[in-house]
Amino acid sequence: MASDRLNPSKTNRDLPGIPQLAKRIIACLDVDAGRVVKGVQFQQLRDAGDPAELAVAHASAGADEIVLLDITATSEGRKTLAETVRRAARDLFVPFTVGGGIRKLQDAAQVFDAGADKITINSAAVANPALIGEIAGRFGSQAVIVAIDARRATGPVETAEVLVSGGRTATGKKALQWAWEAEEHGAGEILLTSMDRDGTGLGFDCELTSAIALSVSIPVIASGGAGNAQHFVEVFSAGHADAALAASIFHFGTHAVADLKQTLLRAGIPMRWPC
Amino acid sequence: MIAIVDYGAGNISSVKKALEHLGVEARVTSDACVIAGAQKIVMPGVGHFSRCQSLNEHLRVPVLDAIHNGKPFLGICVGMQWLFSGSTEAPKTPGAALFTGECSRFPASVKSPHVGWNQIEVRAGSRLLKGVESGAFVYYTHSYRAPVVAETTACTNYGGAFSAAIERDNIFGVQFHPEKSAEAGLKMLENFCGL
Repeated sequence: MASDRLNPSKTNRDLPGIPQLAKRIIACLDVDAGRVVKGVQFQQLRDAGDPAELAVAHASAGADEIVLLDITATSEGRKTLAETVRRAARDLFVPFTVGGGIRKLQDAAQVFDAGADKITINSAAVANPALIGEIAGRFGSQAVIVAIDARRATGPVETAEVLVSGGRTATGKKALQWAWEAEEHGAGEILLTSMDRDGTGLGFDCELTSAIALSVSIPVIASGGAGNAQHFVEVFSAGHADAALAASIFHFGTHAVADLKQTLLRAGIPMRWPC
Repeated sequence: MIAIVDYGAGNISSVKKALEHLGVEARVTSDACVIAGAQKIVMPGVGHFSRCQSLNEHLRVPVLDAIHNGKPFLGICVGMQWLFSGSTEAPKTPGAALFTGECSRFPASVKSPHVGWNQIEVRAGSRLLKGVESGAFVYYTHSYRAPVVAETTACTNYGGAFSAAIERDNIFGVQFHPEKSAEAGLKMLENFCGL
C-alpha cells in the first residue's frame, strides 16, 4: 500500500508553533450551458445544480478556492458563461478561478470583468505561449493559471507529454519543460492534471506532481485521480503539491471538505481551519 | 461613498463587490474629484510595484490630500506597499513614504510568490482588526512584502515575519486580500466601513 510508506510526522512540518502557509483544497465545478454537470462513471453527465449556489455552498463548507470550468464549446454557451460567472462571484469571498475556452486577452478580460480573480488557460497557451504574458501583463501573474494536461502511461516522469483539446490531442511537448516555460512566460500557478489518473479514483500522480512542483517556483495545483482523503495526504506530502483540486466536491457531497481537512490536519498537513 | 482608486493595477471588481455586499456604496474611479468627494478611500492593487508609477503621476496628490484631511484610507496589497518608501521590485517608483521602510522580495529559502491562506498574529488595539483573532487565516498572493514597523498591527511568518497589517490614525494597510479572505476579511472591511 502506498499509504503505508507515508510518515505524516515528517511531512510539511516547519518549526513547531510557527504558522505555515496552508495547503489548499480547491473545489472544481464543471459547467455546461450554465449548469453544473457531474460525470458519473466518467461519462454520462448529469445535472448537479446551479453554479452560483454550489460555488457559495462549497465555500461555506470549507473549500479554500473555487474553480469553475466551462466545458461548453459553443459561442452561445460562452455568453451564458459571463452571466454564470457574475452570479457565482456575487456572494463568493474566497478566490474564484474561471477556465475553459479562453483563447485571447479579450476572453480573459470578459471573465475578469464578470468577477473572476484568476483564469486558467490550457490549449491556447500551448498554441501561443505569449498569451500568458499578455494576460499577466494586464491582470498580474497571480491571475494567470496555466493548466497542463499530462500523460505518461507507465513511463518515467521526464516522458510525461502535454495534451490539449480536453486531452484529445498530443503535442509532443514535455510537461516538465512546459511548466518551466509557462513560469518564464509569467504564469502565476500551474494546474497539473494527470490524464492517466483523471477519473480513476486511484490517487494523484504524486511522482509527476513532485517533479514539477520542485522544478518551478510558482505553486502547483494537483488534479486528477482523487478517490479518498489519503490521496490528498499523499499529494501534499510525497507530491509536494501546494493545492489539490477535485471536481464536483470530490463526488462525496458537500460536507466532505471539513472531514477531509480534519484528516489532513491529523496527518500534519497545514490546513485553513476552522473553515 | 467609498472611492476605490483605479490606477490600472489589476482586477479590482472583487473589492467593490465585497463593499457592496456589506451594504456600502462604492465607486471605482480614477477621477481626482470623485476621490476628493469620497468619505473613505480604498486603494487595491495587485501585480508589479511599477504600476504605482501611473498612480504617482495622476493621483498621488488627491490621494495624499484625502489622507492628510483625515479620511480613512485602506491600501490593499500593492496599495499597502505604496504607503512605504518604495519597493526593491521597482526602485525608480517611489511610494508615499507615510511609513518607514522599503518592501522587498521573500528570501530564496521559501517559495515565491506566497500564494494561499496563511495565519496572522494580531496585536491588541487595532481598529481594523477588531473582532479578528490571532491565528485567523487570510488569503495572500504576493512576492514582495513590507517590513515589520512600529505601526504593524498584524504579522505573518513566511520566510521571517512581515507586516500583514499596519495602521496609524486614519491610515490602514493590509498585505493580504480581505475581499478574498472569507469571514475574517469581511469583518475587517466592515470595521473599515464603520470608522
